[in-house]
Amino acid sequence: MSVKLNRRKFLAGSAAVASAAAFPMPSIAQSAPVKIGLLTVKTGPLTEGGLQMEQGVTAYLKSKNMILAGRKVDLTVADTGGNPAGTKTKAQELVERDKVNVILGPLAAFEMLAISDYVTQNKVPTLCLAGADNLTQRNPNPYLVRASATSSQAMHVMGDYAAKTMGLKKVACLDFDFAFGYEQEGGFQQVFEDAGGKVVSKVWAPLGTPDFTPFIAQIQDCDGVSQGFAGAAPVKFMKQYADAGLKLPVVGGETAGDDALLSRFGDEAIGLINACPYTIDLKNDANDKFKALMDKEYQSVPGFYAASMYVTVQVVEAALRALHGDLSKPEQTIKALRAVNLTDTARGPLRFDDLGNAVGSMYVRKIVKQGDKLTNVTQKTYENVSQFWPYDEAKYLAQPAYSRDYPPLKT
Amino acid sequence: MSLWGILAVNSVTFGGLLFLLSAGFSLIFGLMRIPNLTHGSMFMLGGYVGSSLYLTYHLPFWLAALAAAAVVAAFGGVIERLLLRRLAGSTLAQVLVTLGISLIVADFCLMIWTGDPISVATPPALAGGTRAFGIFFTTYRIAVILVACVVSALLWALLDKTRLGAMIRAGVDDPQMARVVGIRVSRLFTIVFCLGAGLAGFGGIIGAPILSVYPGLDSDMLPLALVVVILGGAGSLLGSLLGSFIIGFVYNFGQALVPELAYFVLFLPMVLVLVLRPQGLFGRQAP
Repeated sequence: MSVKLNRRKFLAGSAAVASAAAFPMPSIAQSAPVKIGLLTVKTGPLTEGGLQMEQGVTAYLKSKNMILAGRKVDLTVADTGGNPAGTKTKAQELVERDKVNVILGPLAAFEMLAISDYVTQNKVPTLCLAGADNLTQRNPNPYLVRASATSSQAMHVMGDYAAKTMGLKKVACLDFDFAFGYEQEGGFQQVFEDAGGKVVSKVWAPLGTPDFTPFIAQIQDCDGVSQGFAGAAPVKFMKQYADAGLKLPVVGGETAGDDALLSRFGDEAIGLINACPYTIDLKNDANDKFKALMDKEYQSVPGFYAASMYVTVQVVEAALRALHGDLSKPEQTIKALRAVNLTDTARGPLRFDDLGNAVGSMYVRKIVKQGDKLTNVTQKTYENVSQFWPYDEAKYLAQPAYSRDYPPLKT
Repeated sequence: MSLWGILAVNSVTFGGLLFLLSAGFSLIFGLMRIPNLTHGSMFMLGGYVGSSLYLTYHLPFWLAALAAAAVVAAFGGVIERLLLRRLAGSTLAQVLVTLGISLIVADFCLMIWTGDPISVATPPALAGGTRAFGIFFTTYRIAVILVACVVSALLWALLDKTRLGAMIRAGVDDPQMARVVGIRVSRLFTIVFCLGAGLAGFGGIIGAPILSVYPGLDSDMLPLALVVVILGGAGSLLGSLLGSFIIGFVYNFGQALVPELAYFVLFLPMVLVLVLRPQGLFGRQAP
C-alpha cells in the first residue's frame, strides 16, 4: 500500500519538478505555501497515538482554513510505521523530495533519536512530540523544539505526587523496553526516591507483548505500581492487571491515562493516577475551542497526543507571525520558535527553555466514573514545570541520562 | 508461591488461546502446504467483528463469538477460492499474496474500527474470580481453558472419527494418492481453509477480553502461531496442542524469570526443534 502511494507521489513530484523547470517563475517566496511535514504513525502498536497526532494538527489547520499568519500551508503526512528505520526513510522523503520547511513529529523517542542527526545536518526545524530526553539535555539538537514534554517531565511530577500526596513507600515499575520507558521510569524513580520512596523493581516488556501477565506476576513487595505503557497498551495492561487480582494503586504518565483512551478503558481503570502536560478538564477558552473542534471534526475526545500537536501548530503559527511569514532561514526559524511564549494554549501557559523544551503546567489526574463514562479529574496542578524540575539545571545535566539501568535499584 | 501460581494458570490460558490460533494454521500448512501469513489477520478480524457484534449489537458473547468465527471462515473461503487456488504449488507467490492480504486487512480494520483499541468487557456471567491456594483465578481465564479443551476434543473427533476427517488425514499424508482414490482434495482445501480461518477468528474474539483488540494484534500473534506450528509439526493436531502449551509455559515463565532474554526465550524451543527434529515434534517427514 505505502509503496504504491510513494510511487504515485513520486511521479506527481517529478511531474511538478519537470513543469517548474519548463516554465521558470519569478520568485514567489511569500505567496508560495509554507510546507509542513508531519511524521506520524498509522500502522503498528503505536497507531492509536499517531492517528490522534494527525487529528490534532489538521484540526488546528482546518480551523484556520489552512492559513497560518497569512501564509497558505501545505501539509504532507508520512507514516513512519512506528519504527526507527521507517522514520529515517520518511524524514528523508519529507526533506529531500517534499522540501518541507519544518517537520512536526515524530511520536516516539526511538524514532526521534533515529532522525536527530539527520535533521541537524539538513537544518530542518523539527517540532517533535517524542520524549527522547537527551535531545534537549545532554546532547541537545539545535533544530529541535518540543511543545509536548520530555519522557520524564510528567513522571518527575508523578514521583513527587506519589511520595508526598499518595504516601506510597515502595513502588514496582513496569514499562515498555524502549527509550521512552526507561526515561519515564527513571524520572519517576529519581524524584520518588528523593522524596523518600523506594523503587523495588523495574521490569521491561518488549514492545508488542500480547500478554503482560508474566510481567504483572513479578509485582510483589510494594504498595504501588508505576507503568508508562503507550498507544493501545494501557487498556490491555489495566485489564490484565485486574485479571491478576491486583488492587494496588497504579500511577503513570501522559500515555498511561491518556484522555483519548478513556472511552476504551473498562471500569478496572478507575482510580488510575496519571500525570500529563494536558488535561481534558482544563478550564480555558483555548481548551474549550480545541475540544469543540475535535468533537466536530472527528467526534473524538482529545488526549495528550492530539493536544500536543494542536499546540505545536499554534507554536508554529506564533513563530511565523514573528518572522512575518518567512521560514526560509532555518537558524532564524528555530530562534523564533524557541522564543514563542503563549498564555492561551489548550494546555495552559507555554514557553520554551534555552534547549527548546516546553515549560508549562503538569496536571496530576485521577480516572473516575461520572455517570456511565470514565473521565480524568485533575487532583493537583504543578505550574511552570521545566524538564529539570525539581532539580537545578546544571546539576541535573551532570548526572547520566535515564536508561535501562540508571538510576540503579537501591539494594 | 503466588508468582508461580499466576504464571502456571496464565500459561495454560495462553496455551489454550494459542491452540485456537495455531490449530487451523497447522492444518492449512499440513494439508495445503500454504504458509498462510493472513492467519494473524484472521485472529484480529475475528476480534474486531466479534467485539462489534457483542458491544454494538449486543449479541450474547458466545453467539457473537460463533458469528465472528463464521464471518471470518467465509472470508477465508473467499480468499482460498479466488486467490490461493490459482497459486497452488508456488510457495513464494503464496507467501507474498497472503502477506499482501494481511496488510489489506490491517488497513481495512484501521479504516472501519479506527486506531483506538477496543477493550472487550468480560461477559458478566464470567466476570470476577475466586481466590484459592493463594492464587487469584479469573473465571474467564478458566473458561478459556475449558473452551480450548472442548474445541480440541471436537477437532480430534472430526479428524479421527468422521469420514471428512479421514479424507483430510489422507490429504495431509499424500495428496496425490488421495486424489487417485477419488477424494476431492480441492474441496477439502476450501473446507480446511475455512475451518482454520474460522478457528483463528474464534480465538480472536475469545481472546479479546484478555488481550483486547487493537491495530497490530495480527503481527503480535502471527509469530506465535508460526512458532507453535514449527514446534509441534505441521498438520498434527496433537502437535499444535502440545506446542501451544509448551509455548504458553515458555512464554510466561521465560519472560518472568529471565526478562533480559524476553525476546529470545520464545524462539529457543523453536531453534532446538529445527536443529534436532526439523519436522516438528509430531510432524511427519516431508514425502
